[in-house]
Amino acid sequence: MGKSYIGGYKPAIGVENISRDTLAARAGGRAVEFLRILGGERPGGAVSFQQPVPGEEILGASGIRKEFPGVVANDGVDLKVRAGEIHALLGENGAGKTTLVKILYGVYRPDGGDITLGGERVEINSPRDARDLGIGMVHQHFMLSEPNSVAENIALGLPAGRVLFPEEEVKGRIRDFSKVYGLKLDPDAKVWQLSAGEKQKIEILKALLAGARMLILDEPTAVLTPLETEELFSALRLMAEEGKAVIFITHKLDEVLNLAHQVTVLRKGRIVGNVKTSETDRRKLANMMVGVDLFPSKRSRSIEQGNTVLEVTGLCVKGDRGNRACSGISFKIQAGEILGLAGVAGNGQRELVEVLTGLRETESGGISVLGRDVTNSGPREIANLGVSYIPEDRLSIGIVPEMTVSENLVLRKFWQEEFSEGLLLDEERVRDYSREMIEEFDIVTPGPDTPVRKLSGGNIQRLILARETSGGPRLIIASHPTSGLDVKAANDIRKRLAQAADEGSSVLLDSEDLEEIFELSDRIAVIVNGEFVGVLARAEANLEKVGLLMGGAVE
Amino acid sequence: MTMVEEALFILHRTIAFGTPLLLGTLGEIVAERAGILNLGVEGMMSVGAVVAFGVSLYTGNAWLGVLIAAISVGLLSLIHSFASINLRANQVVSGLALTMLGLGISGLLGKSFVGRTPGGTIEPLDLPVLEDIPYLGKVIFNQDLLVYISLGIAVFTWLVIWKTRIGLNIRVSGENPAAADVSGINVYRIRHLAVFYGGMLAGMAGAYLSLAYIPAWTEGLTGGRGWIVIGLTIFAFWSPLRAIICSYLFGLFYVLPYSLQPLGIHVSLLQSMPYLFTIIALLAISRESIRKRMGSPGALGKSYVREEI
Amino acid sequence: MTGLRQAIPRITVRRRKQPLTSRESLTLILASVAAGIFLGGLLFSLAGVNPLYAYGKILQGSFGSIQGWKEILRKAIPLIMAGAGLAIAFRAVFWNIGAEGQMLAGATGATWVALNFTTAPGYILIPAMFAVGFVMGAALCIIPALLKSKFSVNEVIITLMLNYVALQIVTFLIDGPWKGETQHGYPYTDPFVQGARIPRIPGTFIHYPTLIIAVLASIGLFYFMKRTKAGYEIKVTGSSPKAARYAGISYARTLVMVAIISGGLAGMAGVGEVAGIHGKLLYPEYVSAGYGFTAIIVAWLARLHPAGVIASGIFMSGILVGGDAMRIRVPLSSVNIFTGLILLMLVSTEIFRTYEIKFSREDVP
Repeated sequence: MGKSYIGGYKPAIGVENISRDTLAARAGGRAVEFLRILGGERPGGAVSFQQPVPGEEILGASGIRKEFPGVVANDGVDLKVRAGEIHALLGENGAGKTTLVKILYGVYRPDGGDITLGGERVEINSPRDARDLGIGMVHQHFMLSEPNSVAENIALGLPAGRVLFPEEEVKGRIRDFSKVYGLKLDPDAKVWQLSAGEKQKIEILKALLAGARMLILDEPTAVLTPLETEELFSALRLMAEEGKAVIFITHKLDEVLNLAHQVTVLRKGRIVGNVKTSETDRRKLANMMVGVDLFPSKRSRSIEQGNTVLEVTGLCVKGDRGNRACSGISFKIQAGEILGLAGVAGNGQRELVEVLTGLRETESGGISVLGRDVTNSGPREIANLGVSYIPEDRLSIGIVPEMTVSENLVLRKFWQEEFSEGLLLDEERVRDYSREMIEEFDIVTPGPDTPVRKLSGGNIQRLILARETSGGPRLIIASHPTSGLDVKAANDIRKRLAQAADEGSSVLLDSEDLEEIFELSDRIAVIVNGEFVGVLARAEANLEKVGLLMGGAVE
Repeated sequence: MTMVEEALFILHRTIAFGTPLLLGTLGEIVAERAGILNLGVEGMMSVGAVVAFGVSLYTGNAWLGVLIAAISVGLLSLIHSFASINLRANQVVSGLALTMLGLGISGLLGKSFVGRTPGGTIEPLDLPVLEDIPYLGKVIFNQDLLVYISLGIAVFTWLVIWKTRIGLNIRVSGENPAAADVSGINVYRIRHLAVFYGGMLAGMAGAYLSLAYIPAWTEGLTGGRGWIVIGLTIFAFWSPLRAIICSYLFGLFYVLPYSLQPLGIHVSLLQSMPYLFTIIALLAISRESIRKRMGSPGALGKSYVREEI
Repeated sequence: MTGLRQAIPRITVRRRKQPLTSRESLTLILASVAAGIFLGGLLFSLAGVNPLYAYGKILQGSFGSIQGWKEILRKAIPLIMAGAGLAIAFRAVFWNIGAEGQMLAGATGATWVALNFTTAPGYILIPAMFAVGFVMGAALCIIPALLKSKFSVNEVIITLMLNYVALQIVTFLIDGPWKGETQHGYPYTDPFVQGARIPRIPGTFIHYPTLIIAVLASIGLFYFMKRTKAGYEIKVTGSSPKAARYAGISYARTLVMVAIISGGLAGMAGVGEVAGIHGKLLYPEYVSAGYGFTAIIVAWLARLHPAGVIASGIFMSGILVGGDAMRIRVPLSSVNIFTGLILLMLVSTEIFRTYEIKFSREDVP
């Protein structure tokens, strides 16, 4: 049976066979017909398949380029996905996977390159366009309305046309979905009662009902239990067998080898490999993911033991979604040591850092700084012990946008004797201190009374660095300190961190930039799924080992 | 009057008193369900009252007055929705500004209306047979048409909110506008629509006040009912059907004092009940378990801006 | 057709890269106020009243005459007092809509003092009334502050509802236990003794001690925000709650602090009204008289600068007095057209602080 397109590329709906008449009616915009089909009516008349021939290329992206201020997210990326194929996108964060996928889904427009769908060149200018073209996206952060039921949320994705809520049809579709793909959903359950895995099923069904022929999933297993993961994989395999295409983003090597037919590996915005999964293995994938460049260490001192600044034992932390973000983490940091925390974002680093800075509570376990127990202490107590924090979220936690440079420079110290006179702030001292900091850290600003909003990103980070690394802190917790910065600013910051460590401060470096970790760390801890899967001394560590650990491989 | 007669009289008046509260609340429920907090109800009801009165004065037709009041207040409320939605103004302040504006406009327009009697008024209906049902007949079936219309609107509103696609779109726009937006719903348009609906009903409520009670216009006719409506919306947990009972309950708090006064219970005690009840309802929904089931719409009062790159 | 296309200006809306300068900001405010006044005049003309009459009255009867200024200063007292407190509360993003009720609470406290300590001399009574009034207003405001910080309850609705609870309490008191013997059955308390009356400038209603306190409070709060640690914490909390947490600032403590300040000041404004103007507790609507709501405009107009409320308080007072002057021709409530439109314009034009609109002939990149 040949393909028959009416009015351009049109997606097939579900697994029904659709008659030409019905297709014509639908192309004419008759939503009622459409809904009858969704409701399961089997139309009479001639039958023609809308299914593509397995193996034929559905999606072709070539030369995709996307730039953001200061960084090239995608640099000449090619991607080919075939019908019936499960295609994995592998890479560390910052590699460009999410950007590429957002381009495919119409959230971003590429600065260069073409996208073809079914052989025809297409422009995807909005998520609506993407949906009309049959591209469905299952977001990492669910776009669901909590107090509403499953059926209501799914109905949102249906095309308009009926006044009354199509209750029976929606419930019918949900039942069909459950039967065909084995993903069970209770149509009447309220979304707030569901687990993350079930919410994901709703997103998948929404995408399918909107007519998706190609499904994109962004790190789908991040929130799933092992059982749910298996259910998801079976469902995806079934969809592939039907002729749909699946793209999924992951950093887990085992998943790639288990589920995908084809894998494209991205690093720093470029393609570094595109292979059949049957022709590769974990080692090769890990190498592709992190590269084999040598990053020489810039650290020259050796660390004396016995001078523990931070000790964490058996730390368990609950995440925002009720999941276990950190499980039984234990480690020590010595004075003057830099411990690098390597891992793909979303594996518990954020929660760990939040607990260590007093912004989150622990479930169990202990934290002590310089021998003092600070488990579940508040941010001010921890700061008073000499712990500083360079937050990942600079603009909403690191600074107060509406205040001046000098006011921001004392954000973590203003209550201390040095800066206060009783109830008052010692304005003169604050200003002197600001001038010192501005000078010492090369913060480019018209003056200490400039609103901090006017500073560039790099200078804001220098401000934060000044605040957090001056005065000889015992422990500096640095979270993604150089992300989004230009090369000079990034280098300055790394130099400063190394210098602080030389001067005796310890550093916990949470970064996705492996080059940075290798450059600065004395020891490297790899965190996967909230656990430290390995802690390597810098001398023993190489990219391959770390890459494998990050990818979930257990040595 | 005997005790029974007095009780029935109270019930009769309660329904009449609760009707403008019900109308106002239904409108505010829809607006808030879509995510827009409209504190301008007091001003809007006032404008509705003066417009309806004026129309009835010049045309002798009360129902024309109701209709024009509804439309004009609906349009007036679009000022608030335009400021809040398109200009992303602070909804609390914008709503308060609308109240002031509405009170000012109604005072100005109504200057020449004071002391006059309109041609058309809203009179209680005489429903044969039904009226003669002992006891409740006179209570329930001797009300004016707008009472029955208000009940009809309550049911209609409930149907729309819970059983239609538009209602679902409204609810999701107020709960998680990003989810609605991603599904292709025009969140701005839905919110404008919801606020307009709210304005229309507030206008009708105002019309009732000036044409049904003692048909008259004075400054301050609304007497704070707009604020009660805002509290009622919460007390009824944003449910149109619950609003019926809650409106009559709050109406009772206004009718009852005059009967209880001889017993030494001060008017103020009962008249502060609506506000206290609202506060208690607010405390109730702050509990996690209740909030998920019947709490306020998640995005209430927050401007929605599509996440840009 | 290209000629036609080019004739239509392109409108580009863009996020501003630099915030407005002080001059631009002031221009925006003045333009908004002017727009509000202009639109108000428009509405007046649509209602058949010559707008120039209204403007003339506002200028002549209010800003343009000595008698007008006497009234302006009188009405400005509660506006400045409450407005300064609200500016602080709003800075912490605590929407205190309950200033009306807090004024009544303060007035009630003062009345209690005045009625129960009739023999005490003025130099004890008056400070005592202010102190009690402050405490009462603050107490009323602390309730929503605690509820917000502990249970995330919406403070807008609670403060709003408490207004009317306070109103009912006052109504009860003046008609019941505190009803004056000498008032011929009217629901007023007995008049306060001379010692409990705040002195006025002779020939006017200006109760100058309250005015002095209001101005001092306003200037004091300016320094409070600028120089104290508490002021710093309030600014951080209002600007960026996450950063505030990171800086170890206690949200509950900050909210309670602004509640005490704004509730207390509103309470004192109520004391001024009842002991400086009326000399007795009477209908609550006469005591708070919409000052609590107008104070919101005063604070907003001053862009939440506590010292700026002196200027904006006098300005809004002038508008209100103009409304009084118009009374012969238009009802008193019509002045709300101007106040409402001014507030509306102020709040609607804030978007221009974040975005700029450019008109151009070609496409702007």
